[in-house]
Amino acid sequence: MQYVVTEIETKTPISVGLFVTCLADLMRPQVAFAAVSLLERAGCRVRVPREQSCCGQPALNSGDRASTTGIAKNVIQAFVQDDYVVTPSGSCADTLINKYPALFRHDLQWASQAQSLADKTFELTSFLTEKLDLNLEGISYPGVCTYHDSCSGLRELGIQQQPRTLLADVEGLTLSELEDSSVCCGFGGLFSVKYPDISGRIVTDKCAQIQHTGADTVLGGDLGCLLNIAGRLRREGKGLKVFHIAEVLAGMTDGPAIGEAEDQT
Amino acid sequence: MSLSASSQRVEFQERARQALGSASLQRAMAKARGGFVDHRQDAVDALPEFDAIRDAARDIKDHVLANLDGYLELYEQKVIENGGQVHWARDADEASRIIAGICTEAGAKTVTKGKSMVSEEMYLNPVLEAAGMTVVETDLGEYIVQLAGETPSHIIAPAVHKTREQITDLFHQHHSPLGYTDRMTQREALVNEARSVLRERFVTADVGITGANFLVAETGANVIVTNEGNGDLTSCLPRIHIITAGIEKVIPSLDDLSVLLRVLARSATGQEFSSYTSLYSGPRRIGDMEGPEAYHVVLLDNGRSRLLGGQYQPMLRCIRCGACLNHCPVYGAIGGHAYGWVYPGPMGSVLTPLLNGFDQSLDLPNACTLNGRCKEVCPVRIPLSDLLLKHRLEQHDRRLNTVLGRFLLSAWAWLVCRPRLYQGVMALPLWVMHRLGQRRGVLSRFPGAGGWTDSRDLPTPAPRSFLRQWHTRNLRP
Repeated sequence: MQYVVTEIETKTPISVGLFVTCLADLMRPQVAFAAVSLLERAGCRVRVPREQSCCGQPALNSGDRASTTGIAKNVIQAFVQDDYVVTPSGSCADTLINKYPALFRHDLQWASQAQSLADKTFELTSFLTEKLDLNLEGISYPGVCTYHDSCSGLRELGIQQQPRTLLADVEGLTLSELEDSSVCCGFGGLFSVKYPDISGRIVTDKCAQIQHTGADTVLGGDLGCLLNIAGRLRREGKGLKVFHIAEVLAGMTDGPAIGEAEDQT
Repeated sequence: MSLSASSQRVEFQERARQALGSASLQRAMAKARGGFVDHRQDAVDALPEFDAIRDAARDIKDHVLANLDGYLELYEQKVIENGGQVHWARDADEASRIIAGICTEAGAKTVTKGKSMVSEEMYLNPVLEAAGMTVVETDLGEYIVQLAGETPSHIIAPAVHKTREQITDLFHQHHSPLGYTDRMTQREALVNEARSVLRERFVTADVGITGANFLVAETGANVIVTNEGNGDLTSCLPRIHIITAGIEKVIPSLDDLSVLLRVLARSATGQEFSSYTSLYSGPRRIGDMEGPEAYHVVLLDNGRSRLLGGQYQPMLRCIRCGACLNHCPVYGAIGGHAYGWVYPGPMGSVLTPLLNGFDQSLDLPNACTLNGRCKEVCPVRIPLSDLLLKHRLEQHDRRLNTVLGRFLLSAWAWLVCRPRLYQGVMALPLWVMHRLGQRRGVLSRFPGAGGWTDSRDLPTPAPRSFLRQWHTRNLRP
């Protein structure tokens, strides 16, 4: 396996801790396997600490500062030894990068640790494009894809071009851009559980726009949005496939897509 | 959680459900949505320095808020020098009393009104009507909602929730007795009919009440920005002109006004400038051909001064352009009335609990996906979604959310802090869900999924979590 490391010219592989995210862990493990595969393909040594679960976003967005603080301390400790922390989610990356330092702003003991975690944390597609030189030779996906930009990644971390740069190297893949791709899909974490009617209305509109693109596949970088979109498309009986971008980049698209029946493949 | 908070919550959810179920509302909202957003984007794209002007606009408002007392006093002094009067109202009741007093003293029978959200805050129309006056809204959208017996559902497009067919019906019903018996269905014909009806009102009104987009301290002028010219006819024709404004509307100078005007119309309607931007500085002077005999400014606090110096102060920068409403997916889905009070959308969700009390609007800060588009488009860079998160933290700190919700959250957080136990506990439900949804790839119902599965399926999870697969296979240390 060949790799080129652009930033650090060294033979020693970069040590990357994978923050799996609770949704990938429970709902779609293949996204995490794909992330590991991509990082290794680009020459990283990947470590997956067992002492991890969720970034605490549901607690923070519910206003529970104390619970979030406890969870954040766990996450900070779990990744102390890694050079970098990479996660296949813009939303969780935003929590580690922007929300943790804000949370510990007045905590002398933890502020610097939160900041050092923030400084070494990257969303997957940003890490692959900004820190590594990933060679996608041999990776193909025969289909017309559209890409949903997830809100936190887009607005808080500026992730927009990175996934598109990577997808351009996938053989056979055509990108058909979604009108209003920057508009929320209505997931919003617990929002979709607390206000399911409103959330349902928003994702229905999103799915109508997805249909307009003529794409046969929907891609994105955040599982929350993808589960929401896939769930609505399935309810409408639409045959579009939904994948996390990591699955496509890692060539792991032979099995069922998100929400797809096993016997269909 | 108190009983009132509980019923308040049910009310929001119920109003939202009704809005989602209203075919006419959904049709009207879908039609309006794209226009505002596209027009704003075109206007922004045409002005490369837009972001720099936004920074300047924010800085002006921040400077005013840091020196609000001084600028308000200067403004009052200038108004008096120009021959007008300034009235200070602590709350909505006091403000409406002051205005009703001025109208009564003038022997007013008909009062015309330009668009003013602050007057909605005061519930001014019912107060004046109870005092025996006829109140006529003259902004076309406001006029439509007045005929319908409703309140504005958008801060700059009050009747955005109405379809043209509904407006046709309303006009036909209310204008037929005035001799307009033809049923108008085209936009231009409807506008002309309203113009013709309102023209009569403008001429006969005794008092004209307008809002103010800005109050200029250095000259004592109030500034109104409109597209219909109704504000000018309301300001100039009646004997008495009353301006209603929140205390945060004051700005230092005309130079500052030019900066703020450059972001206001672009953010609101996508216009470079609105059709009419008018400055009024007092009553008719000796030798003037026209203008009101008396000029009153009623400045409303209503909780605003409490926000000064606190974490929500940036909210007072708001110039009421409506861009956050236009870009909010929740507002787009449910419209303005579901929010329950004067100000809807993101700015309303931040402001309403601050002005009305936290426990009266528990849902508003939570009914948001935190997607941040409001923050992105705000012309004075109010971090709206961040402020909504602050609200949530404060609700939790004050124990205003439900006991069950708090318990579930802390139980979940306790488990999350013990990852190995968490992985063990999650194994069984995960396996069950997988078995149930394995064949179809999705679950159409699942206990605990709440209403999620009412409008969408839940994709089936894998049989074993990633961490358990990874570590039990001993793939890596």
